[in-house]
Amino acid sequence: MESSKVIHAFYNDDEVLMDAVKAVKAEHLHIEEVFCPFPVHGLDKAMGLAPTRLAITAFLYGITGLAFAIWMTNYMMIQDWPQDIGGKPNFSWWANMPAFVPIMFELTVFFAAHLMVITFYMRSRLWPFKEAENPDPRTTDDHFLMEIPVNNNEAKIIDLLASTGAVEINVVDKH
Amino acid sequence: MSHYEAPIREPLVLGDKSYHDITEDIAKPIEGVANKNWYIAFYISLAATLWGFGCIFYTIGTGIGVWGLNKNIGWAWDITNFVWWVGIGHAGTLISAVLLLFRQKWRMAINRSAEAMTIFAVFQAGLFPLIHMGRPWNGYWVLPMPNQFGSLWVNFNSPLLWDVFAISTYLSVSLVFWWTGLLPDFAMIRDRAVKPFQKKIYALLSFGWSGRAKDWQRFEEVSLVLAGLATPLVLSVHTIVSMDFATSINPGWHSTIFPPYFVAGAIFSGFAMVQTLLGIMRKVTNLEDYITRMHIEYMNIVIILTGGIVAVAYATEFFIAWYTGSPYENYTYLSVGAATGPYAWAFWSLILFNIITPQLLWIKKFRRSFVITFIISIAINIGMWFERFDIIAIVLSKGHLPSTWWRFEPTFVDVGIFVGTIGFFGVLFLLYARTFPVIAQAEVKTILKSSGEFYKKRREQGIPTKPAINVAGTTDKSNKE
Repeated sequence: MESSKVIHAFYNDDEVLMDAVKAVKAEHLHIEEVFCPFPVHGLDKAMGLAPTRLAITAFLYGITGLAFAIWMTNYMMIQDWPQDIGGKPNFSWWANMPAFVPIMFELTVFFAAHLMVITFYMRSRLWPFKEAENPDPRTTDDHFLMEIPVNNNEAKIIDLLASTGAVEINVVDKH
Repeated sequence: MSHYEAPIREPLVLGDKSYHDITEDIAKPIEGVANKNWYIAFYISLAATLWGFGCIFYTIGTGIGVWGLNKNIGWAWDITNFVWWVGIGHAGTLISAVLLLFRQKWRMAINRSAEAMTIFAVFQAGLFPLIHMGRPWNGYWVLPMPNQFGSLWVNFNSPLLWDVFAISTYLSVSLVFWWTGLLPDFAMIRDRAVKPFQKKIYALLSFGWSGRAKDWQRFEEVSLVLAGLATPLVLSVHTIVSMDFATSINPGWHSTIFPPYFVAGAIFSGFAMVQTLLGIMRKVTNLEDYITRMHIEYMNIVIILTGGIVAVAYATEFFIAWYTGSPYENYTYLSVGAATGPYAWAFWSLILFNIITPQLLWIKKFRRSFVITFIISIAINIGMWFERFDIIAIVLSKGHLPSTWWRFEPTFVDVGIFVGTIGFFGVLFLLYARTFPVIAQAEVKTILKSSGEFYKKRREQGIPTKPAINVAGTTDKSNKE
């Protein structure tokens, strides 16, 4: 039931937008998307968006980085070339572990930070030559845009949106 | 937003600003043309950069012997400058990460520029570990890469190798943190751009940011997690830098206080550099309504705090030197070493610029004054350079064996490279100020209603920040005049 028409309702105030989102939700209408110039706190909850799991991925990446550092220091310093460098113990990884802590720490942070950011870019589909998809340039300045798909209920939605303080309401064909 | 904010808090955004005004103010320096003063500053910086690069090529072509180092003092200006630049970089991460964790709203107007400062300062810092090598073309041997020498690895016991990991992690994480924060602001410039070339460039830089609700949700989580990662990172990086000295056996270096003391010094000098830069930038980019007297005062308070920690660390070092009963420690600190030796001038400039001058900031009138703040911030930058020079050169000049005592005199190449890095930093920062949104507009817009002067006044008069909705479906125009 993909509709070809959507309604774009513009707001110029974040608090008005929040109330509008709640009003539309109360009518059990589907909100396709909301475009904002800045993060409106609580908007994801009002829209009913699921929480993001990026922090969980960062934790897993961090563990990976730590494991990699432990493996690398153990392999290079203890297994492959167990040399005596300045009297540092080389017979077991634990014996020389304190000297590896800075490396373990840095690699944990490195993996967690970079892989999480890459995950974010991939999930949110952001990359250097990506075309921007906000329907109106004002949404990065001072306007908030709510996009609602139409299913033979155009007039009803427009009435509802008008009563919530939309400054501009457009019906557009979505290809 | 509807958050309650205590009326006692001073406004963070001055004047009667709307969201669109913020956009205009921040886009103006990018969309306009550079004035004469910018070109003058740029060409001076560029000349210094070229001179510095000349000195670097001369060093690499001729040998490290063109520096003032000798067989006893193997580190002097090179590592002094390295630690100085890394230290300067730390304030940027502190402002963007630590203050984010502490939910400090005043960070929002300054974090972008502070992070830019971090990145450009770490670029300068990163030059020194490379060019102070005798054979910099073998520099890639510090990386643990499989190779044709039977896979000959690196030694993970060396703090210099930890430095490689720390600095490269720090630079790369700061860079993605900064860039991710820039996406919405680049998108704002992209959507305003009228010149096609400019639109193309900012479309490329903004990675197609569209500002969907889901994007913002992820954006905020990524920012928070990165702040949580960058905070221990920033502490660890300067800790590892300090271990270059602290893990040695030299009296005056071998000291367990170095890690926290270096970190405090880094924040101290970094904030001083932010003050120096922002003091000028708020004027020339007409952003005085965003970088207010209160931002300057808050940064000065951080400077007093960290300067106090540094002062306590000096006192501790001297106390412990006496308390150990080690004649070598005693000699370095208490005898003809620091305070009365041939480098007494360097030691006393450190005390004057780092410990005495910043105490003026206890006086409210001084820490709210732009001129006095600017002067003190420059004094701290000089003082913190001397701190690193004193730690490095004084200690090396008087080691365990009196027959190895020697002095260090810098050559023009030592000085030239340092001047070059200052110039290079200036070039990068000047270009940044003309092409990047210097204030995180998306963040400032989130605090406009809670901390803007206009809205704060209205709230005091009992007018809600939310405009009333009338039946026709348009917002109440009385909101803005």
